[in-house]
Amino acid sequence: MPPRIAVCVKQVPDPDAPASTFKVDESARRVITAPGIPPVVNGFDLHATEAALRIKDAHAGGVEITVLSVGPSFVMEVIKKPLSMGADNLILVEDAALADVDAHATVTVLAAALKKAGPFDLILCGRQASDWDNAYVPLGLAEVLGLPCVTLARKVDLLKESGKVRVERSLTDGYQVVESDSPAVITVSNELGEPRYPTLRGIMAATRKQPSRWKPADIGLNAAALAPLLSLERLFVPERQKEIELIRGEDDADAGRKLALRLREAKLI
Amino acid sequence: MPKVLIAGEVQDGKLAGVSGELVAAALKLTGNPRDVSIALACDDAAGSAENALACGVGSVYVIEHPALKGAGQGGFDAPVTAFVALLNAEKPDVFLMARTDFGYNVAPRVAFRLGVPVAQDCIDLAWDAASNAAVVTRPVYGGNAMAVYRFKEQRPQIVIVRPKTFEPAASNLSPVGEIKRFGVEIPDSHSRARLVESVKEQRAGVRLEEAQVVVAGGRGLGGPEPFKQLQDLASVLGGALGASRAACDAGWIDHSHQIGLTGKSIGPRVYITVGISGASQHMAGCSGAKTIVAINRDPDANIFKEARYGVVGDWQKILPAFIETVREIKRS
Ligand SMILES: Cc1cc2nc3c(=O)[nH]c(=O)nc-3n(C[C@H](O)[C@H](O)[C@H](O)COP(=O)(O)OP(=O)(O)OC[C@H]3O[C@@H](n4cnc5c(N)ncnc54)[C@H](O)[C@@H]3O)c2cc1C
Ligand SMILES: Nc1ncnc2c1ncn2[C@@H]1O[C@H](COP(=O)(O)O)[C@@H](O)[C@H]1O
Repeated sequence: MPPRIAVCVKQVPDPDAPASTFKVDESARRVITAPGIPPVVNGFDLHATEAALRIKDAHAGGVEITVLSVGPSFVMEVIKKPLSMGADNLILVEDAALADVDAHATVTVLAAALKKAGPFDLILCGRQASDWDNAYVPLGLAEVLGLPCVTLARKVDLLKESGKVRVERSLTDGYQVVESDSPAVITVSNELGEPRYPTLRGIMAATRKQPSRWKPADIGLNAAALAPLLSLERLFVPERQKEIELIRGEDDADAGRKLALRLREAKLI
Repeated sequence: MPKVLIAGEVQDGKLAGVSGELVAAALKLTGNPRDVSIALACDDAAGSAENALACGVGSVYVIEHPALKGAGQGGFDAPVTAFVALLNAEKPDVFLMARTDFGYNVAPRVAFRLGVPVAQDCIDLAWDAASNAAVVTRPVYGGNAMAVYRFKEQRPQIVIVRPKTFEPAASNLSPVGEIKRFGVEIPDSHSRARLVESVKEQRAGVRLEEAQVVVAGGRGLGGPEPFKQLQDLASVLGGALGASRAACDAGWIDHSHQIGLTGKSIGPRVYITVGISGASQHMAGCSGAKTIVAINRDPDANIFKEARYGVVGDWQKILPAFIETVREIKRS
């Protein structure tokens, strides 16, 4: 059987939307979806998809890539992006009850879905989701599934002979090469390089593919399994405007000179 | 008052600066340093254990094990196993780690293994005596929003603290506590991921995280060459060179220069940005900077909402004159 890779992707609000469109409903403690700005697949999850596709490109015998996502509701053109990049299947666990779940609940749901859809040789995730910036879910998945976890990959290879996974981890001050048994959970970072653009053929193929849709009950979960562990007491947009002193000059060069003199005067340089 | 356990980090045989920041954070939770302890999980704690004691804490737990070699980068099971054993034995109320390669890889796994929650990347924390629980503040949505969380009755309450948020506590006190050795068994089955090679990039000059002056460039620089000018400026000022993720992703400069939510956290006296728009995810890495200076041609760029001094204009014209004047100032 060819190797099977799972990629976990999350649909998130577009982090590149202008800051002025970012609004919070403080009483509901929720982020208000900016009108007219569609959500996106979390950036690092596209890097994870790209890592899976590179493994597929390197394996003459083929690799099957299954994308899984958990959420309250999906925008089909958005969540199908990994399919249009070249992934094979899409599984959506979609339910209104999944709207305000925390990372622990997400792990519970994803772990159950991975078990039902598995077995997998490799589980790839993004390093963190750009909404709550948690960076917990992959680490939690590894714990719950009892698998090794290697984070911050900039290169992932599935070794043909040994079946092991070789990962280059991008660290704050250098890098590490790690070899892990498979299956393993790997998180992928942007140092991997740009995810590929979907081709027209890929987009056509993705349009025809129907995702499998599961409810929490289909994977043996009830509402109690989804309760958050921490209580969110407040959610607010911080006040940011600081007092700025703009330095002007006769022209740009003059302004540059004056900036240096001003910083000197303020004893900053 | 809560009992607080800190996961210390060891760097070049010494207690890392970030651990002193965690001591300061712990002292916000409990006024009594004797209620604070530091755990060192590594293959050799000689030196760092004495450093930890000199922070005035009640105890320093030393967990030495060959399997903990290289654990500082947080890639493996061994430190998770070590901390879980210590937490089960000592039962502190709060367990603190820093949002470093180590903390952000290890703390969530400890939490999931113990079945307790964890609060990531906190910039403030307090102990609420009434509910006997920690209340923490953390930026979310890349820093566009702040979230305040309250823990429930779970123990330990695991908090990951953003580096450069707290001024490090004093680290030259006469020791009052004691060093306690803690033995752990780390089964072989936990080494399913093995380190093959570890490459530390040694860069000449000041470390970005410790620099008092940082000069950084972004996508607005348009290519790799201008970073040489910024490097010159940084050298003249005795500082370090940084960059935005966009500049690193473009391949203009190595990712080890990246400042931000998923890069380095800096806390310089002066942070000079050139051609950086000031996206919240970038600003997340420099909230510790005392004074921000911005050069950007877009008057509406977010960086001007964060900066103390700014010039609106083209860096290609501003920067040479700026650098020249800085040189003159330094010569005089
Ligand atoms: C989950 C997540 C994590 C992230 N982590 C980080 C992180 O750690 N660090 C980080 O930096 N980013 C991070 N980002 C990316 C961040 O959101 C921004 O995309 C990025 O910081 C933009 O970089 P920039 O300011 O260089 O580029 P841009 O936003 O494109 O800004 C370029 C600026 O240059 C100015 N400019 C152009 N030409 C000139 C000129 N001739 N003279 C003067 N000014 C000029 C423009 O006016 C503009 O303001 C993250 C994003 C996500 C979603
Ligand atoms: N709801 C979700 N559905 C699928 N994958 C997810 C979900 N939430 C998180 N993940 C995966 O876990 C990674 C880290 O997310 P987080 O822990 O939320 O920061 C993401 O990059 C995804 O790969």
